[in-house]
Amino acid sequence: MALLTVKNLGINFGGLKAVDDFSVNIEKGMLYGLIGPNGAGKTTVFNLLTGVYKPSTGTFRLDGELLNGKSPIEINRMGIARTFQNIRLFSNMSVLDNVKVGLHNHQTYNIFDGVFHTPKYVREEKAMDKEAEELLKVFDLDKEKDFRSFNLPYGKQRKLEIARALATKPKLLLLDEPAAGMNPNETEELMSTIRFVRDNFDMTILLIEHDMRLVGGICEEVTVLNFGTELAQGKTSEVLNDPRVITAYLGE
Amino acid sequence: MENFKNLLRTKKKTVISVIIGIAAFIICNILIKSGVLGRQGAGLLVPICINIMLAVSLNLIVGFLGELSLGHAGFMSVGAYAGCLFTIHANLPTVIEFPLALIIGGLTAAIFGVIIGLPALRLNGDYLAIVTLAFGEIIRSIINSLDFTGGAGGLKGINKFSNFNVAYIAAIITIVVIVNLVNSRHGRAITAIRDNIISAEAMGINVVFYKLISFVMAAFFAGAAGVLYGHHLAILKPGTFDFNKSIEILVIVVLGGMGSIPGSIIAAIIITLLPELLRDLSDYRMLIYSIALIVMMLSNSSPKFADFREKIASKFRRKTRKEAA
Amino acid sequence: MQQFCEQLLNGLNLGSVYALIALGYTMVYGIAKMLNFAHGDIIMVGAYTLLIASTRSGLPWYVSVLLCAVVCCVLGVSIEKIAYKPLRNASPLTVLITAIGVSYFLQSSALLIFGSNKQKVDSIIKIKGFTFAGINVSGESIVTLGVTVIIMIVLTLFIKKTKMGKAMLAVSEDKGAAQLMGVNVNATISATFAIGSALAAVAGILYMSSYGFVGPYTGALPGIKAFVAAVLGGIGSIPGAMLGGILLGIIESMAKTYISTDLADAIVFGILIVVLLFRPTGLLGKKRVEKV
Repeated sequence: MALLTVKNLGINFGGLKAVDDFSVNIEKGMLYGLIGPNGAGKTTVFNLLTGVYKPSTGTFRLDGELLNGKSPIEINRMGIARTFQNIRLFSNMSVLDNVKVGLHNHQTYNIFDGVFHTPKYVREEKAMDKEAEELLKVFDLDKEKDFRSFNLPYGKQRKLEIARALATKPKLLLLDEPAAGMNPNETEELMSTIRFVRDNFDMTILLIEHDMRLVGGICEEVTVLNFGTELAQGKTSEVLNDPRVITAYLGE
Repeated sequence: MENFKNLLRTKKKTVISVIIGIAAFIICNILIKSGVLGRQGAGLLVPICINIMLAVSLNLIVGFLGELSLGHAGFMSVGAYAGCLFTIHANLPTVIEFPLALIIGGLTAAIFGVIIGLPALRLNGDYLAIVTLAFGEIIRSIINSLDFTGGAGGLKGINKFSNFNVAYIAAIITIVVIVNLVNSRHGRAITAIRDNIISAEAMGINVVFYKLISFVMAAFFAGAAGVLYGHHLAILKPGTFDFNKSIEILVIVVLGGMGSIPGSIIAAIIITLLPELLRDLSDYRMLIYSIALIVMMLSNSSPKFADFREKIASKFRRKTRKEAA
Repeated sequence: MQQFCEQLLNGLNLGSVYALIALGYTMVYGIAKMLNFAHGDIIMVGAYTLLIASTRSGLPWYVSVLLCAVVCCVLGVSIEKIAYKPLRNASPLTVLITAIGVSYFLQSSALLIFGSNKQKVDSIIKIKGFTFAGINVSGESIVTLGVTVIIMIVLTLFIKKTKMGKAMLAVSEDKGAAQLMGVNVNATISATFAIGSALAAVAGILYMSSYGFVGPYTGALPGIKAFVAAVLGGIGSIPGAMLGGILLGIIESMAKTYISTDLADAIVFGILIVVLLFRPTGLLGKKRVEKV
């Protein structure tokens, strides 16, 4: 069975069908792309899958568990983590603390332990620091761990968002335009990082991207959205050569 | 043994803080006993501790949770009345009665913290600030119109239990609890909500719980501070706990730096001493506060000033690093 | 019944004043997206101006009114330029604390200049009242209601018909887009503060004609209550501010008469909390969706 099964998902905003009848199956370990022109409803799909919006129609399941109607908090705990198109870091917190917030729900010490710094607190905080630093190393951010996150250059902020999302230990990772604003070299590097994350963290990744080199380079399958509906779906190389897709992007 | 090792392992900063804490306690006690401070000076020590408790607890809401509470005096008054009514009516030995009163005052205020925290779950920003203001005023009006609180005439016959030692210990407990909380995963969750509530939710942070906990904790210590206050002055009047008192606490937090506990402590000391040191300027006190608020806010948000500050800070850091090496 | 009608009239009178102040709050909130905490204190400045111009210097009423409006306008616009404009992109918390600072600044300045004692301001309304079916209708009430109705009509027309009014609507919808469409956002915000402050001056004059005394804190409580009125009506909505103001005035009058003078304020604030919890957009407000 697929890790994520989405069936006929849809949402209306005051009569406008922002997403209509969206279905997809994503197998475990896959790198899946969601593409389409601006305003096609890609981010809305992410917002539906993470509980920010409640779907008007349809269902989605992760590992067989029904998730629609659940809050963003519950959905994160069930195993979906995301990044944001317009970066939303905890900008006044340190780089390390950003990742540690991601680890929050994997620690068990309670408020009492926290207030009195019991041995349990000390033990778990230490483990947390170690884990967070290892994660930062993957993204080459370990040297900046004490920086305030808003002081990071743009490309590194995007990477930190991915690291933070991974820290919540999801089954499925949603990346919203991870390469936006990056130069070709940075994009190249990001592609290998995404592959590394998939292979080493045993991760399934769904990503929205406009950079077709990135999509063509790493995604095994893609769905093309246009005006909120599916235009094409399938193997990346085939879909990207589909004349309908080219028309949707470039116009008649 | 495990605990002791941990203690050794904790950062140098903590050790220094503990040394400062103990030294301040001893020095103040010597100054009181030797009479150097005089009656008037010694009389200021308790209000300093009370203001530290109020400012540090408010800082949890304003500086770390990132919400504005304009009703902190309301929490203080609820705690003060609950604690003082308890010591008036209970006939226990002081050693038991007073600490119990502090806890009762704190808990009563904490219950009100839940009540005010509930709107905070649905509101934020300006609306929440106004709701906290409204709560503060409602509490004051109700205390004013009740009989058992003494109404507008005030609650009299309170024992003068508050002394420096008790107040100091209460202030230290407040500081330790809030600093430790802030440095735990729970504190990081609270700070994350301040920085970006949407991504905090996306990280699975229970926003509702942490907003509530912040209000409850802050209310508890404000309530306990109120109990100290009542047993220091021996009289409580509802008029004391008006909007202006809430603003005065806010001024301390803002001057000390939102999100800085040492800042709150230093500012609390200065703001308590200032009116006594500058008696001639007492008419100008509120004017100075208001200008300080505006200037602090403008300078914090002006990019030029921020650059300047960052430069100074980095120079300072480099220097200390060199000295350490 | 007679008492009820008189209280209703009192409530309408008080409510008109709240409505005029609430208009200023709601316009500034809609356009600059900030709670101008100092708005209530503009009333106090207006009242002191009236004290000096009319009661002390004996200027004719129309000169006094004009002077009040001008002083408040200049003050409102200067406050915006000096304290709020540098904070356009700052967090709401920063802006609100600044606004509280400004409010305190105005109050403590008034305290230093005029002292803490309340001073008597003579009413500038000379129209005589009448008695109808046993109910006393004072000249002050007639003028207050009349002026409020006229202002409401003029303001609505201004927003709907003039270029500046339309610019205000555009800025309140989307500041960035309005700017791209060639709307001068800074000028629009200044104009909003000017109009809001002028309305506060009028509210101050009417308030003085009914209550008669001015002190440094005169504006604080009516200011906060007018904000409650703006929220009750739905913040950002001009008809909402009118409705909210009138309703609040009536509720307060009734509560004072039939429940308790001490608790009237608590009831007003209780209403605010209930409204915010169950209908945060107020009676006539629009819902806003945050974009993720």
